[in-house]
Amino acid sequence: MERIETEAPAREEIGAGYAGRIFRQIQRVIDDTGGQAGTLIRVLQQAQGLIGYLPPPVLKTISRDLKIPLSELYGIVSFYHFFTMVPKGRHVIQICLGTSCYVKGGQRLLDTLKKDSGLEPEGITPDGKFSLETVRCLGCCGLSPVMAIGDDVHRKVKPGEIKDILSPYE
Amino acid sequence: MNKEECEVKPLASVEELQNLREQARRKLAERGEKIQVKVHLGTCGISSGANKVLEAFLREVEARKLSDVVILRAACIGLCGVEPVVTVITPGQKRVIYTDVTEDKVPQIVEQHLVGGKVVGEWTLDEAVPLLKLQEIRVMHNQDLDPTNIEEYIARDGYQALAKVLTGMRPEEVIEEVGKAGLRGRGGAGFPTARKWGFVRSSPGEEKYVVCNGDEGDPGAYMNRAVLEGNPHSIIEGMVIGAYAIGNVRQGYAYIRAEYPLAIETLSHAIAQAREYGFLGKNILGTGFEFSLDIFPGAGAFVCGEETALLGSIEGKRGNPRQRPPFPANKGLFGQPTTLNNVETWSDVPQIIVRGADWFASVGTEGSKGTKTLCLVGKINNTGLVEVPLGTPLGQIVFDIGGGIPDGKKYKAVQIGGPSGGVIPAQHIDVPVDYEAVTALGAIMGSGGLVVMDEDSCMVDVAKYFLGFTRDEACGKCVPCRAGIPAMLAILTKISRGEGTMEDLDILAELGEMVASASLCGLGQTSPNPVLTTLRHFREEYESHIIDKRCPAGVCKALVAYHALEDKCLPCLEAVAGYDAGGYEALSAALPELVPERLVTKLQTSVCAVELARFSMTVPAQNKSCTKCPPCRLGIAQMVSLLDDIATGRGKLEMLDLLFELGDTMRVASECPVGKTAPDIVLFTLEHFRDHFEAHILDRRCPAGICQKTLSYHTICPLRAGAPT
Repeated sequence: MERIETEAPAREEIGAGYAGRIFRQIQRVIDDTGGQAGTLIRVLQQAQGLIGYLPPPVLKTISRDLKIPLSELYGIVSFYHFFTMVPKGRHVIQICLGTSCYVKGGQRLLDTLKKDSGLEPEGITPDGKFSLETVRCLGCCGLSPVMAIGDDVHRKVKPGEIKDILSPYE
Repeated sequence: MNKEECEVKPLASVEELQNLREQARRKLAERGEKIQVKVHLGTCGISSGANKVLEAFLREVEARKLSDVVILRAACIGLCGVEPVVTVITPGQKRVIYTDVTEDKVPQIVEQHLVGGKVVGEWTLDEAVPLLKLQEIRVMHNQDLDPTNIEEYIARDGYQALAKVLTGMRPEEVIEEVGKAGLRGRGGAGFPTARKWGFVRSSPGEEKYVVCNGDEGDPGAYMNRAVLEGNPHSIIEGMVIGAYAIGNVRQGYAYIRAEYPLAIETLSHAIAQAREYGFLGKNILGTGFEFSLDIFPGAGAFVCGEETALLGSIEGKRGNPRQRPPFPANKGLFGQPTTLNNVETWSDVPQIIVRGADWFASVGTEGSKGTKTLCLVGKINNTGLVEVPLGTPLGQIVFDIGGGIPDGKKYKAVQIGGPSGGVIPAQHIDVPVDYEAVTALGAIMGSGGLVVMDEDSCMVDVAKYFLGFTRDEACGKCVPCRAGIPAMLAILTKISRGEGTMEDLDILAELGEMVASASLCGLGQTSPNPVLTTLRHFREEYESHIIDKRCPAGVCKALVAYHALEDKCLPCLEAVAGYDAGGYEALSAALPELVPERLVTKLQTSVCAVELARFSMTVPAQNKSCTKCPPCRLGIAQMVSLLDDIATGRGKLEMLDLLFELGDTMRVASECPVGKTAPDIVLFTLEHFRDHFEAHILDRRCPAGICQKTLSYHTICPLRAGAPT
């Protein structure tokens, strides 16, 4: 995934290329909301949907156009688990630590993964392939312990199986 | 959904609805003359591969050109532990439920059952099992339908309640009927729904709101997800009825947590359909009543299940709860009177109207009427979603419906109500599960997650887990919660490490009461419940962590010591030549030396790493390994012989890699912690002090002059199978 490292461009300065395209799309999301009350969270969700994370230039753009102080925006982004300011890996590994998975060994999965691949929660592998998250409950308690990679949910995972589960992902 | 249904114009009157119902019923009846195969596609099912099963059925039926078989999609029926689930309904016969269906099983089911008419008995779930028999299916009564097809809902008297209300009932009568039914909020607190509606109705305001709380954040609970995915129209219908009863409501919101993508998709689809058919919009069923509904996907914050936080989140703010009063009934969303109800509460409403308050109240207890969906998870045989009348004894839920505890373990407690709830110990197995009885034991009904725990669950650890959860999820606004929860957590952590004092227990209780009474919102007020209930019902377990420095369940890692089993090891140990009682004791005393930091210092100064590695392996070889599983039995023996060789100047460099590999295998493949941890020291020294090993191999001697031909504390277990002598 290409990273956006530019400053927030002014509306008229949006250029060509990947970053320019993204900013144009974000601008469109903001314009579509038409300044309705309570649109901020949706704007953030859609912006993150476009690039996978919310880097400062994007937040600055949203702050400027929705007229919400950047500090308040930061407060909101850091409050909700769904939002992230760091890029995620191509595949996001989610280890469920909900009650059911916890009592059935979810923590052991996390420990094994930490040990084997050096991944820490909220971390990303150097090659950008995997990033790791812990989640509170994926709602698949009947299949505990559960590990999700992207949209694939792996059921009743044992620590020894993790390597094999990860190997097909490119 | 097929094309013709899409093109239906909005229904302009109740008559049109009745005509459509007749039409939809005819369609269902026609379908009923064929063999129906229903693949249940809930989130659990899909994760288990239900989509592949669906495809396999379609393929197989297509290939065989079976014209009298229809393959249908349906929602989750709650058998989460045995997904994917497929129901087969043959005309004039009882339904047959297949569990754990895989792609490979499909051809046989088609061949034997659909074509041959003979049920594949060994893969089915017996209809007479208590799991199915003892349930009272009401909220989940449409789970066998296709949730994406509104006409199936209409055929089952869907939107009849709405028609009845809009054409024949005054708003007050609706509230009265809901009140008579005794419906209480299903989100946890159990506040009477009719009273809530009454408050909002009488609160002055021209623009009011109804909101559906689908931010089901309790770990171990997913009842709401099942209803959202399986019966979305019942929620929509309930909300329109609520809007009518409250008055001055033109807009509603369904706040659904972001972690439920399928639920959001299903409900969005249902809302679009309802709009198309005229159940939402400007002129509902031609009566002039106006109401529209939008979904608001959450962004992942547990505290947003709290009503004021949820409303703040819809307004686009941080989900911080705020002081009440004013209550949302007076000043809620955008400052207007707002009623918030749980998914299940909304879903209960249409049935109360259609079937009457008396029908709804016919099950349940004096104070708690109707049914409740519960999630049975944890150490239980039949994990899944069940619906029972309120007041059903806990024991019946756990043992009859839930099928008891797996692996013959002992039932210890059930945790109810998530992080806001508490544990109910085994001796209260007869408690009726209703709002009052559960609260009397210090827990709360909550949204309905029941996590069953067996003897292997440590109550201190459970309390610690939930408190860690609420600490992470607290919004940080009010001091009692922000500061109190970490303070309690610190004490629990101390206790779990064996460093607690008896005084800590009193402080814990005191802090708990303080946090409960002084916090701003429900999250803080209920957060000490897991601690307070475990303290109340399992005080002896806390004491054993503190006084005996022991974790009876063997969960708290710092307190687990692997002991030689008297009955298994002693006969063996006695047989070992040269064994003296001091050997094992001496090792136990030496254990603190094995902490990595101390070990490194020690190794750097005087001790030889090879010697230590060798010693560390002889101990499990002597008296720890039970020799049952090969990785441990043979692994230890081989590692010992390799280390002996290296120590005595017979080593080769390849041996180091071999040691690594052996150690790794033992870690992964051994059955129990004895084998899994046995190679720890060897791997540790290999990693950090490889130079010591290489010196032994290349110089053929021990640089520190420590390693001798035989270890001085060497006693060899006669069970050291396969090791060269």
